[in-house]
Amino acid sequence: MELRRRTFIGAGAAAAATLSAPMVMGQARPRVVVVGGGSGGATAARYLAQDSEGALDVTLIEPQRVYYTCYFSNLYIGGFQEMDALGHTYGKLASDFGVNVVHDWAVGVDNDARTVALASGGSVPYDRLVLSPGIDFVDGSVPGWDVTAQDAMPHAYKGGTQAVLLKAQIEAMPEGGTYCMVAPPNPFRCPPGPYERISMVAHLLTQINPTAKILIVDPKEKFSKQGLFEEGWNNHYAGMVERIGPDFGAANVSVNPDAMEVDIDGTVESVDVCNVIPAMKAGRICEMAGVTDGNWAPVRPENMQSRIDPNITVLGDASQQGDMPKSGFSANSQAKVAANAIRGELTGSRVFPARYSNTCWSLISTEDGVKVGAAYEPADDKISSVSSFISQTGEDAELRKQTYEESLGWYEGITTDMFG
Amino acid sequence: MRGPALSLALAALTAPALWAEEIGDVERGQEAFVLCSGCHLVGAGVEEFEMLGPHLNGIYGRRAGSVEGYAYSEGLDRMGSDGLFWTLETLDAYIENPTVLVSGTRMNFDGVPDAEERADILAYLRLYSDNPRDIPEAEPTALPTDPELRLPPEVLAIEGDAEWGEFLAGECLTCHLEAGGNEGIPSIVAWPEDLFVIAMHAYRRGLRPNPTMQMMTERLSDEEIAALAAYFAQLE
Repeated sequence: MELRRRTFIGAGAAAAATLSAPMVMGQARPRVVVVGGGSGGATAARYLAQDSEGALDVTLIEPQRVYYTCYFSNLYIGGFQEMDALGHTYGKLASDFGVNVVHDWAVGVDNDARTVALASGGSVPYDRLVLSPGIDFVDGSVPGWDVTAQDAMPHAYKGGTQAVLLKAQIEAMPEGGTYCMVAPPNPFRCPPGPYERISMVAHLLTQINPTAKILIVDPKEKFSKQGLFEEGWNNHYAGMVERIGPDFGAANVSVNPDAMEVDIDGTVESVDVCNVIPAMKAGRICEMAGVTDGNWAPVRPENMQSRIDPNITVLGDASQQGDMPKSGFSANSQAKVAANAIRGELTGSRVFPARYSNTCWSLISTEDGVKVGAAYEPADDKISSVSSFISQTGEDAELRKQTYEESLGWYEGITTDMFG
Repeated sequence: MRGPALSLALAALTAPALWAEEIGDVERGQEAFVLCSGCHLVGAGVEEFEMLGPHLNGIYGRRAGSVEGYAYSEGLDRMGSDGLFWTLETLDAYIENPTVLVSGTRMNFDGVPDAEERADILAYLRLYSDNPRDIPEAEPTALPTDPELRLPPEVLAIEGDAEWGEFLAGECLTCHLEAGGNEGIPSIVAWPEDLFVIAMHAYRRGLRPNPTMQMMTERLSDEEIAALAAYFAQLE
């Protein structure tokens, strides 16, 4: 028997417990609505419900019944994970923690009436709203591509079917064919993600199509873990990977999905698979709720509260908070700080000083794992990095294997933390 | 069993090298090694003998948990994979209190509290490491460096605020399972509080190698470590 993880105590006892709630008068229980059931939203819903022990009415709105994590989808492409193992459901959030899980799309927010409109009609009232919708793509960022082209040129930058499609296309490439990635400009979800994907595509092609080529068209001068990835590509996939940076026109790229062509500053390349990862912005519900400024939703560093609407908290990729990378780990970390703050505000429970952290593991080849991480605190009106580390080039195989195994442990850990 | 080790040690004593004297007294170290010799052998040819503990030939510069064929504890294996190598500093810490460096070690030994005695043992062991002169010159004078190797009793006595620990634990639970489990990432639940505290301080001071854990513990205060220990100790 754990002392902390008490079984949800039921609505009757819960209603009685709210008598001590100081902030919201004249209603049964303060209501928190969470939109988006990923690393930020699922974690926030769980911790709000679990730690308040019924004192809060927590509703999670998430359209998908099975949530496929975006992280580890590269390992699926590389053949190190099964897609089924990356799918998670919300049953325990409901049964073990008392979260009301609503599988629907949130299609609007009325900030004054404090309601969220659902696609199926009807609306859900809230005292506090948590938005954790992840990312959407910026229209026109890669001329010639929009979401209607995502079957011909997948982004595979949200979990699930897109990764399956991309892998199938790579497996169907002609012998000696070309896989091209149009990499995204900063800031974007999972900074090492595109380059881990290159590693995993190279791993797959080395086995099934060893004369194939990989072309990265990258608008950025440099990228996360660059030294580690380049070392790994050289060691494991020599001669397979070519990267064109902005000095050779990669910032001026357009695509033609019908012809499977990529135009790099006037030079047209025919490719067999084209993985377009466009520029990103906050998930659309943030715009609808009026909490964005430009592409992202600015938040306060001490609790992730929106700078525009104090009744709204924005977590994860959609938020603009300072130094933290857009990652599942970051969103999970932010969600716990936000849940502590919201619960304190609505029920008078103890609020502790915010602290955040992140670590991103990447797999370069079989048992060749690397990681980068940092610790963060609110400072100078943003979330600021206070210390960091990164794997070193030239590390021995035993350490790299350990780092990879650690990443498997992390995946188990974070998904259990999110979904119970 | 002890025969070959002792006789060879005596042979080596006839030509003590300068570097050995910088660490401690080899002769006294040999005497003190009696504490260890119930489980460990050191000296030419002892690799063939099976003892409770691994042989200590070539211990300096060796990766923790790397003697071929020896069944180490999971904790020692993990530390070795994380990059723990035996140096003057890490050996000193390990002999001082094995659980500081390695949680769950099979080395069931209370440790040698006296810094000088440890230095003597380490000087003696160094006779049997290859190319001892290759060990960086700075290291011998760096020992015994840290008079606070053993945590002060007042730090161990801090009563942790479990509710604060529950909040702080959020950072741990992104990776560690609250139900326990050792796949890739070790279990941190239901530990005796003092062992938890000792382990966190060892990461914070960089004695234990994992960079993620070093970073996570670097900003924890003594009170916060106690709070986490109190919280996790009550989970089962």
